[in-house]
Amino acid sequence: MLTVANRPLVTVEGLSHHYGKGHGSQMLVLDKVDLTLRENEVVGLLGRSGSGKSTLLRTIAGLISPSAGKVRFEPDGQGAEPTVSMVFQTFALFPWLTVLQNVELGLEAQKVPIEERRTRALAAIDLIGLDGFENAYPKELSGGMRQRVGLARALVVNPSLLLMDEPFSALDVLTAETLRTDLLDLWSEGRMPIKSILIVTHNIEEAVLMCDRILVFASNPGRVASEIQVDLPQPRDRLDPAFRALVDDIYALMTARAPATPLRDGLFPGTGITTVLPVVSTNAMAGLIEEVDGPPFDGEASMADLADSLQLEVDELFPIAELIQLLRFADLSRGDVLLTPAGRLYAAAEVDERKAMFAQALLAHVPLAQHIRRVLDERESHVAPARRFRDELEDHMSPDYAEQTLRAVTHWGRYAEVFAYDEDRDLFSLENPS
Amino acid sequence: MQTLPLIARSVRPVSRLWRDTPAPSWADAIAFLILAGVAILVISGADGIAQPLARLQLSPVTLDPANLPVYALRTTLRMFAALFASLAFTFLVATLAAKSRRAGLVIVPALDILQSVPILGFLTFTVTLFMGLFPGRQIGVELAAIFAIFTSQAWNMAFSFYQSLRTIPSDLDEVSRGFGLSPARRFFRLELPFATPALVWNTMMSMSGGWFFVVAAEAISVGDTRIMLPGIGSWLALAIDREDFRAIGWAVAAMAVVILLYDQFVFRPVVAWADRFRFEQTASADRPRSWVYDLFRRTRLLPSLVRPVIVAIGRLALIGGRKVARPRPARTGGEARAPVLWILLVTAMALGAAWLVWRYVSRNLEAGDIAMALGLGLVTLVRVMVLIALASLIWVPIGVWIGLRPAWAERLQPVAQFLAAFPANVLFPFAVMAIVHWKLSPDIWLSPLMVLGTQWYILFNVIAGASAIPNDLREAAGMFGVKRWLWWRTVGLPGIFPYYVTGALTASGGSWNASIVAEVVSWGRQRLEATGLGAYIADATARGDYPRVMLGIAVMSLFVISVNRLLWRPLYTFSERRLRLA
Repeated sequence: MLTVANRPLVTVEGLSHHYGKGHGSQMLVLDKVDLTLRENEVVGLLGRSGSGKSTLLRTIAGLISPSAGKVRFEPDGQGAEPTVSMVFQTFALFPWLTVLQNVELGLEAQKVPIEERRTRALAAIDLIGLDGFENAYPKELSGGMRQRVGLARALVVNPSLLLMDEPFSALDVLTAETLRTDLLDLWSEGRMPIKSILIVTHNIEEAVLMCDRILVFASNPGRVASEIQVDLPQPRDRLDPAFRALVDDIYALMTARAPATPLRDGLFPGTGITTVLPVVSTNAMAGLIEEVDGPPFDGEASMADLADSLQLEVDELFPIAELIQLLRFADLSRGDVLLTPAGRLYAAAEVDERKAMFAQALLAHVPLAQHIRRVLDERESHVAPARRFRDELEDHMSPDYAEQTLRAVTHWGRYAEVFAYDEDRDLFSLENPS
Repeated sequence: MQTLPLIARSVRPVSRLWRDTPAPSWADAIAFLILAGVAILVISGADGIAQPLARLQLSPVTLDPANLPVYALRTTLRMFAALFASLAFTFLVATLAAKSRRAGLVIVPALDILQSVPILGFLTFTVTLFMGLFPGRQIGVELAAIFAIFTSQAWNMAFSFYQSLRTIPSDLDEVSRGFGLSPARRFFRLELPFATPALVWNTMMSMSGGWFFVVAAEAISVGDTRIMLPGIGSWLALAIDREDFRAIGWAVAAMAVVILLYDQFVFRPVVAWADRFRFEQTASADRPRSWVYDLFRRTRLLPSLVRPVIVAIGRLALIGGRKVARPRPARTGGEARAPVLWILLVTAMALGAAWLVWRYVSRNLEAGDIAMALGLGLVTLVRVMVLIALASLIWVPIGVWIGLRPAWAERLQPVAQFLAAFPANVLFPFAVMAIVHWKLSPDIWLSPLMVLGTQWYILFNVIAGASAIPNDLREAAGMFGVKRWLWWRTVGLPGIFPYYVTGALTASGGSWNASIVAEVVSWGRQRLEATGLGAYIADATARGDYPRVMLGIAVMSLFVISVNRLLWRPLYTFSERRLRLA
């Protein structure tokens, strides 16, 4: 293995990308990313949504031209450049084409003669375990089978590099596991024409299960935070202590730098409003606190265990945990959630007490909520257009993030009865509808 | 070089063709009969188009029922000719608008406005133009009529196609770019299929509108001469001139038969076929059905005759040999700056046009004319609004009643659609007779004619809305004893509102257009006229007073667009935001 594993397939150098047209509203999605993909390896891109991993994948796929930097395909001995092909999270099948026609699409674009096209497509369908369904339409298939079609379609063009964009996240747990195992079997037996796989995921266990190398992405702007070599032998066992330890490590890595700007007491009022807030429902927050407070965790739990017991993926779990931390109901460090005394009190409290505690924490630790409340208090009419705050936020972040942040604060403020919001008039006020 | 044998290979020896072909079934026989019948009809209907105009004077339109089938055929062929022209226009213009930002900048607003311009008013200009192109030949008049129908159909089809192109799912877009599909292949594999369901629906709407115009466009007056193309519209015009009550009955019957036939033989099969292109990942329970479509699917001989053609096309697409299909990156940045110059150019052209219009208007018209047209526009506005309100009061309760009873809805929905497709102007003479007979005021009693044909849009949209109210909502309402006004306020009206707005918007636009023929009607020498913008345009057209025709059209467009922007669009946004049940 070692001898061939070294030849590079694709090299990414200093790749940066930003969205947005105007001058002020440019959003840096990727910041000077370097990456080398070699033959015979499965590489995982792990990160939260918005960390630019999908953008990187699409840049390598040739679907996006980067703002700066370049993607270089290293020619092999015969001087042929590596080719890529992609599997999508949403399957991306054409509903009006049959399984066979879907699989033939890439060959059609290459003007492969009809007979050869048919033979190759049938072989790919056969390889992926879909024979018998050649003439079915995608809508007749289950999610797992649709993704198999997506895989066959990607493989039939003989790519050197298979790009997979969260290929299993739209599937239920059992189906996803079957597909993962099947893919790993095909890969280890060398039955696929590909030389390397690049897979985007936000499922840490999936990454550890499948990859030889994991690149952990950090958000805002997206960049490679760390690189982890996975040396566990295949097939890997999720219950293997070494496996668990690695999963825990990655959680710790990702929590270590979770909140971009940790808030401290005593900051000047208003400065903290530049933080992007995640939309987290108060129910989910209460649920997580209860889970950590109750047995078997008793106030302290590792993120990996929580993800397991709650069946949540990184993308769902992290924002909730961060909100708890933001409100000082828990401390997050090294992949562990540790409830503070306030957090434990919250868990034990009744509905109304919880509301009061939440309101207090919200006004004390979320500067934006504080800010809105103060403006409302100061005004004679006790109303303020939401537009005003949105504009303020957009000075510091992209419109999408501003919208999301304001939505989050609105939800929390309403729940805490700190202020009210009228959607029709887009207006914050102090009065609650009676 | 090596491609020729490839194509040749698809042309199999006849003997092999025979051996491979399955035994024909009874479905083949019927399908062949249908196809042969259609072919013969098309050929015999098209006969005479190239004749000199003088032939028309020799064999003028007569009110002999024996001629009616031929007239109906000619009218139908005109419809389909316009339809194909509209489709060609749609593919060309909408694709251009979606692909090029510069073209889109001009085309999209233009389509949006043209959708609401009263096309009927343009007839005068276009007839002169086309007759000038083919002096003394019948084809000029034919083309003018077809163009009139085209102008009533093309815009909303093109607009719908453009919108589909702009809303192509991003993952499918990425697949086709990732595989490096050529523009042509992308069009046939992705864009056309994706746009088909919306396009089919809009084509059906266009056809309904087209019938209305074909009736108005066949009997054309140019100056003093009146040209009557053989067709149902001319038949009707003649029947009105001669006060022939029976002939009008014949025309109504013929129209009904024609609409029924094209619905069964064209649109139902097309709708059933287009169902496969609906962008959904789950199979829906009730798919549209059509016996003609099923029949053609059941044929065995037909596919084996068609297949070699398809295979040959497939081989043709391979010409040029193998290629490396490189991914196509999305177009970003760069382009953002370029249109500035283009916008300046377009603005300059618009200003120039505005100046031309102003010069023309100021030479030929006075301020009083404009004030008068605006005043008449207000009268017609009141008429349209009152009638839409009245039609809503009648059809909303009935529509909801029907929609909540699936058995009825299933049977009555096609009836409502049929009524919407039926050209209401065929029925005008009956109304005129009634008004003349009872000596009623035309200002009031001509008004209902404007919504005669368009009210059905409200009905069938409301039926669709009511059937879409989720069962659990209805059950919850039933359990809590929500009844009468409370039920309407909390379940019924919110449930149908988005659908109602769609229907009312269509009905209101159609009514404006109809006002041009509905505010002035005649029966023999009797001529009834209501005060309004429609009558103003119709009178100006009859006098050949082009500046006033243009003024009338401009004012009417202004009214239609304002009502759409200020009333219907906000209502639509509101219902999309707050009342969408999904």
